[in-house]
Amino acid sequence: MVKYIVKRVLQAIPVLIALSIVVFLIMRVFSADPAPVVLGEHATREAMDAWRDSNGLNDPIWKQYLDFVAGALHGDLGTSYYTHTAVTTEIMSRFPATLELAIVAIIIASVVGIALGVVSSVNKGKFVDALSTLLALIGVSMPIFWLGILFIILFTGILHILPSGGRIDPIMQPVGGTGLFLIDTLLSGDFEAFGNALVHMIMPACALSMYSMAIITRMTRSSMLDTLNEDYVRTARAKGLPSGKVTTHHALRNAMLPVSTVIGLQLGSLLGGALLTETVFAWPGIGKYVVECILKSDFPVVQGVVLLIGVIFVLINLVVDIIYAFLDPRIKYTQAEG
Amino acid sequence: MSMSENTANAAAVKEAVEKKESLWKDVWYSLSHNAAAMVSLAFIALLVVIAVVTALFPSILPYDPYAQDLSQSFATPSAAHIFGCDQQGRDMFSRILVGTQITLAVGLLSVAISLTVGVALGAVAGYKGGAVDTLIMRAMDVMLAVPSILLAITFMAALGKGIDKAVVAIGLVSIPEYARIVRSQILAVKESDYVAAARVIGDSDAKIIIRHILPNVMPSIIVRATLGISSAILDCAALGFLGLGVQPPAAEWGDMLGRGRNYIFSAPHAMFFPGMMITLTVLAFNLLGDGVRDALDPKSRKR
Repeated sequence: MVKYIVKRVLQAIPVLIALSIVVFLIMRVFSADPAPVVLGEHATREAMDAWRDSNGLNDPIWKQYLDFVAGALHGDLGTSYYTHTAVTTEIMSRFPATLELAIVAIIIASVVGIALGVVSSVNKGKFVDALSTLLALIGVSMPIFWLGILFIILFTGILHILPSGGRIDPIMQPVGGTGLFLIDTLLSGDFEAFGNALVHMIMPACALSMYSMAIITRMTRSSMLDTLNEDYVRTARAKGLPSGKVTTHHALRNAMLPVSTVIGLQLGSLLGGALLTETVFAWPGIGKYVVECILKSDFPVVQGVVLLIGVIFVLINLVVDIIYAFLDPRIKYTQAEG
Repeated sequence: MSMSENTANAAAVKEAVEKKESLWKDVWYSLSHNAAAMVSLAFIALLVVIAVVTALFPSILPYDPYAQDLSQSFATPSAAHIFGCDQQGRDMFSRILVGTQITLAVGLLSVAISLTVGVALGAVAGYKGGAVDTLIMRAMDVMLAVPSILLAITFMAALGKGIDKAVVAIGLVSIPEYARIVRSQILAVKESDYVAAARVIGDSDAKIIIRHILPNVMPSIIVRATLGISSAILDCAALGFLGLGVQPPAAEWGDMLGRGRNYIFSAPHAMFFPGMMITLTVLAFNLLGDGVRDALDPKSRKR
């Protein structure tokens, strides 16, 4: 097992190094000169040159890359062209918002997705099955930003029951702590603020969870259909166990193996969906921020965020693989031999 | 070679050709009995007709999709403007019809890019193996290490705004999926007898890949490509929504949706109809893709 984990960790390192090179190349080599965008079109040639000089953009490209890597290894990803704040500071002040949103969304997607998948596999071919299959299809077909806007029109515009955007009422914003408002407000015992943060969370989290929920429903359904046909499930039924118990204890437990992998991978892809969801709901996370920075050529920030998301993505894949190896001993043995 | 041998050969070839035809006949038979897939196919065919007709005969549109009429700004749906008007008073229905051109073009072209490059890379990696394989597939891993929409936006940041660049960005980010499928399929058939036989009679690597291996990989690629069009359309809409897609006054559904967003409470129709069209189109390609997969792989049909 240890050998397998070490092997997987070692495989992840070159991917991350290559990712840093690719991101760097896209931003520094293939992109247009950021100087006119940052300083405005009417800036003088001298001013632009001085600005490029102070940001190291006149150095040879290999030196720029080495500086970037040396900085990154020390936790320094450069400073924003606009705010002149360290990129790490900018990211860290926004990352908890994205993390909280993604966690709540993956919880909703998993709970609802697994429930729908189980119900439709047990009632295969019946109305409930058709309904949940249709829901799953719509879930993967609907643009996340359109769904978000429909939510806002319905729940804010027509029903007036949910706020259209933001994370929390600014006067209730908790200071310090984990940065995860739902946890911070609970820890401080401020239930009014907790309720406020929760109300702000509902629409973005539901919109973001939709796609993953659809994928998890489909996966659970097909995995359950496989296990429900297994001999041990028939045996359990023949023993006279109640069908609910057979479904949860015998079938679902074994069906969860592939589903758990999908959930892990969806957590990564939620970060992509967060770009759009955060933009729609004015959610102050890194997704909305990176879109803004791309639009105004704030390259150090874009570089930092893409790299961060890449690292998280690779780490999630790593953890998923390792958990999978734990859950399914067959993997470990074939990998150890190979 | 004797006469009888020749006839026997001809018969075998004829049988093989007929068998190949009957595979596609089987697929079509199965597909034509799948109501959802057929409705989707009809819907897609309708979109294609709309795109072609509006491109060739723009005068058929009820209104000029680019003509502004500020007196009609955000006019609600009515008999005159069945989908209403946008902020500049342009007829939404005409703009949506014209928008099919961009949506379908982006879907098909970007899939063509990822398909061509992905299949080539996957085929070389799987067939050659060794260092070439490692190099190509690690590069694919790097691209898969970032959510595709973020990668596409990053490419757009470098390439600049514009629909042509969006096609390239969306096409690039899907390359790894095709490369992976083709590579794994090639690994599966590489050691088979018919490939060994082709090698024995002295076929070149390129010929073996193109003539003997790729046809066996085609079904999975066709399924992936159909589903790939739907994700390309979604990505295109997302880029348009973020303001990175078409330049004004071009009509693209995601862009229309993004512009309508600032007026969601005062003019919800301005973003409702574009979003509905994106959803229906993506849904149609998804249903068709599922149908084709079921038709090609009877094992999955019982699900």
